[in-house]
Amino acid sequence: MSESLFSKKNMKLIKDPLNDDNPITVQVLGICSALAITVKVETAFVMAISVLFVMIGANVIVSLMRKIIPSRIRIIVQLVIVASLVILVDQVLKAFVYDVSKQLSVFVGLIITNCIIMGRLEAFALGNKPGASFLDAVGNAFGYGLILIVVAFFRELFGSGTLTLPVVGKIEILTSLANNTGYEHNGLMILPPMALITVGVYIWIQRSRNRKLIEENH
Amino acid sequence: MDVNSNKYTIGFSIVMVVIVALLLAFASEGLKPMQNQNIEREKMQNILKSVGIEVTRDEAKDAYNKYITEEIVLNDKGEQIEGDAFKVDVLKEYKSGGQKNFPIYIYESEGSKKYIIPLVGKGLWGPIWGYIALEEDKNTVAGASFDHKGETPGLGAEINQGWFQEPFVGKKIFDESGNYQSIKVIKGGAPEGDKHGVDAISGGTITGNGVTEMLVRTLKTYEPYLKS
Repeated sequence: MSESLFSKKNMKLIKDPLNDDNPITVQVLGICSALAITVKVETAFVMAISVLFVMIGANVIVSLMRKIIPSRIRIIVQLVIVASLVILVDQVLKAFVYDVSKQLSVFVGLIITNCIIMGRLEAFALGNKPGASFLDAVGNAFGYGLILIVVAFFRELFGSGTLTLPVVGKIEILTSLANNTGYEHNGLMILPPMALITVGVYIWIQRSRNRKLIEENH
Repeated sequence: MDVNSNKYTIGFSIVMVVIVALLLAFASEGLKPMQNQNIEREKMQNILKSVGIEVTRDEAKDAYNKYITEEIVLNDKGEQIEGDAFKVDVLKEYKSGGQKNFPIYIYESEGSKKYIIPLVGKGLWGPIWGYIALEEDKNTVAGASFDHKGETPGLGAEINQGWFQEPFVGKKIFDESGNYQSIKVIKGGAPEGDKHGVDAISGGTITGNGVTEMLVRTLKTYEPYLKS
């Protein structure tokens, strides 16, 4: 490899998806899972880790195989690779973090259909070297995870008054306040529509701070 | 080599599928014992929860062996038959015909005896299940625990919360003259002093009805045993 792994060009692969090219808020991919598993911070976190693992695995494997994959069946090949990795993640979660796997339930399986993964395989891994594909996967998975955790933070805080963090466990934040002042948790925050609105607010704030994301009217 | 020829494409698919199948089969078999252990311990946890004992998953096995002194299997006439109660798939027993096996778990601690009955039913979106524990008189409820697969969060999903489950304690299955009443989830709230009803969840009517149906059907099945 002529350039170093952490050259400016490669670092851009990691940084862009966090803001300018975020898979959820800019590319608007992977919205479905962002709505479904952001009720608790912990589940969002585990989902982000799972997606990170699947993305890195799929991106690197597809990139390594990019010269030997017959182009007519490349989508099927990508699906098989992603699906196998997802099943592995599901089995590992069931064996080691059973409670979390119960909460994620069908959504782990739905990583297969997560548009971000297929999108990156098609757009990036098929045409780039494994090193760059690895960084692209890390960047996009972090970009996805970032939104997931931010959305889950607000939904859990205002919906249930708690924050369930991995390792630390459940922290009751608004619950004691609730009992004393008559504050009621907003149950709507727990339902999927509020996830969409939270993502919408995030996009609004992001675009007001980052003007180049605003499309011009032609 | 032409990677787009038909021969190559077919060969590639075959090799890929075989490799993937082998890999997944190994992973699945390798992790199965741990997964089964988790499922088993969760069941123990749920059984203990119905009599008010909260344990972590790691402690579940010891606590279960300590408190649950007897596991028995009943047929549909309420007679004890041979079988491994813990391994009975209750859902299947209600669906299939022929010989029935209904498990019952007996808790014993400091001279008090409680009978724990597994429940299975349907909520709005999917299965609901739970355990109900009866005092030694086989009539008064000592505790209940419910859980669900995917009821609406904040509404039907609340059946796994303490505030829904606690009112079951002290309710009776039979009325004073010994007639079967079961326990019902009552929309709009159970009247004060109602021995056979608990408050429903606003917005969770169908899940509540599912709980009622589950209790009525299950306890009816165990009626011959409970009356004996």
